[in-house]
Amino acid sequence: MLILAIDTSAVASAALVSDDAPESVLASFATADTRTHAEVLAPGIDELLAEAGVSGRDVDAIVTGVGPGPFTGLRSGIVTARTLAFVWGKPLYGVMSLDAIALEVAESTDSAAEFIVATDARRKEVYWARYTLSDAQLPHLADGPHVGFAADLPDLPVYGAGAGIYSDVVKAVTEFSTRQPEALSLGQFALARLAAGEQLLDSTPLYLRESDAQVPGPRKRAL
Amino acid sequence: MNRTQPLVLGIESSCDETGVGIVRGTALLTNTVSSSMDEHVRFGGVIPEIASRAHLDAFVPTLEEALAEADVTLADIDAIAVTSGPGLAGALMVGVCAAKALAVATGKPLYAINHLVAHVGVGLLQQRAGTMTLSGNATPSGAPSPQTPPHALPENMGALLVSGGHTEILRIRSITDDVELLGSTIDDAAGEAYDKVARLLGLGYPGGPAIDKLARTGNAKAIRFPRGLTQPKYMGTAEAPGPHRYDWSFSGLKTAVARCVEQFEASGEEVPVADIAAAFQEAVVDVITSKAVLACRENGITEVLLGGGVAANSRLRQLTEQRCSAAGIRLTVPPLPLCTDNGAMVAALGAQLVMAGVEPSGIGFAPDSSMPVTTVSA
Ligand SMILES: [Zn+2]
Repeated sequence: MLILAIDTSAVASAALVSDDAPESVLASFATADTRTHAEVLAPGIDELLAEAGVSGRDVDAIVTGVGPGPFTGLRSGIVTARTLAFVWGKPLYGVMSLDAIALEVAESTDSAAEFIVATDARRKEVYWARYTLSDAQLPHLADGPHVGFAADLPDLPVYGAGAGIYSDVVKAVTEFSTRQPEALSLGQFALARLAAGEQLLDSTPLYLRESDAQVPGPRKRAL
Repeated sequence: MNRTQPLVLGIESSCDETGVGIVRGTALLTNTVSSSMDEHVRFGGVIPEIASRAHLDAFVPTLEEALAEADVTLADIDAIAVTSGPGLAGALMVGVCAAKALAVATGKPLYAINHLVAHVGVGLLQQRAGTMTLSGNATPSGAPSPQTPPHALPENMGALLVSGGHTEILRIRSITDDVELLGSTIDDAAGEAYDKVARLLGLGYPGGPAIDKLARTGNAKAIRFPRGLTQPKYMGTAEAPGPHRYDWSFSGLKTAVARCVEQFEASGEEVPVADIAAAFQEAVVDVITSKAVLACRENGITEVLLGGGVAANSRLRQLTEQRCSAAGIRLTVPPLPLCTDNGAMVAALGAQLVMAGVEPSGIGFAPDSSMPVTTVSA
């Protein structure tokens, strides 16, 4: 099975993963910054396909990270995935973006049986979720995702860029303190779940916050 | 690529309408629009985040509907065009990313297009009903005809664009590469002023239709509201123009309406809502049309296209017609569904760029929320 995975919940990233490839990776890219998704994502995917010698016809499914993440960036990946899936006529799945980091934690030597993944939610908050690990299994999402202050997180080791920013108030795991969700791990996670016969999400974004719109109150006096 | 009668798909997402339009050359095949306007009603104005969320969910269904309606497949398309600015940054991002994905998936060339110029480009479409006079040779059927040469814009062409997001007077020497901004609002767009005043008067959203309707029963001369930027220091003379000779400002007008309402309330009198609506509308329409016609006269513009959602306003149409005809200017108003934001206008301008041999933009451009009109395509 060949999956094109896309995640723009923090950085812009895409990957071609396949259970036939070594370590399941055909090609991948990820940008360093979190604000140029609209420019770099489509060219990145275009190059990825060319580099791997893969066309839309060869792709079996498209997987998109559905956040949580800053809204504008998040939508750029989801609308890209939805459009590619529509044009190519391929199934589209969603994966919660923090799962990408959770999988990396599970595969690292630094893992804990129970841990938190956190990313930057701006406005002095983090997006976070709690995971549990048992032998040779995929990380299990036990709670979340949520958005909130880092200081209010459960007292567990915290992985991801959200931990690095608030290392003064959380138990940040140093090796992971700048880690962002990326399409490569996201796609590998999706492959593993599908192989295990598990369900994935649909592509509905996990905004976790309202639109911030306020119903106007009574008219203010101009005089 | 077919450069004589190109099949172009246009995508629009700069404000609260998700639009996909398809044209063949200058023939309109479909204009499919999904609006999130209803979701903004309780807020009294467009909420950018709500609009962006709606674009994300509306895009693929709107695209699917447009293809079905035009009875074409993506494989048939010669080029894709998308609004890349000006507009709401988050909203633009959705359409731009979708268009790029479409380009990647289909391998078709992509044009990044200026929204304001697209409002003018829609005037180049032939109309089925023959309601548009601009091209002078609208075919009754609107069907693509290989004999029809690509429509040329008249010489000395201008455009007055009035909507909830913009208020501009443009001069168009060439729709594909020579557009000049003569004047624009320096604060609120005219449609925005309508929304804010409608809220002050308790008339709901969108404000334009509500005020237009009520104004018919009011006395526009009962109150005189200020016309922004009309003092000599802003206007100057034709020889020595002031800093805002062709510009508008509507924020002072809104404040004046608020004060007026409060004075009636303070004196315990009933607020004459219909008179205020009529007087406000007259102030807006008077200053828009007088400055637009002045700009046309002083720049030798003899043909004007009226575009934007406020083109639906009965008094604006009436006074624009009156003043244009008095000044010897020929006025064209496209059918309303083509005046409000839509994908067909983007496709129409895209087709003009293809026919003019302009190079596509590629897929690396960034949306630009303040894209100047001098940039017709990125
Ligand atoms: Zn517009």
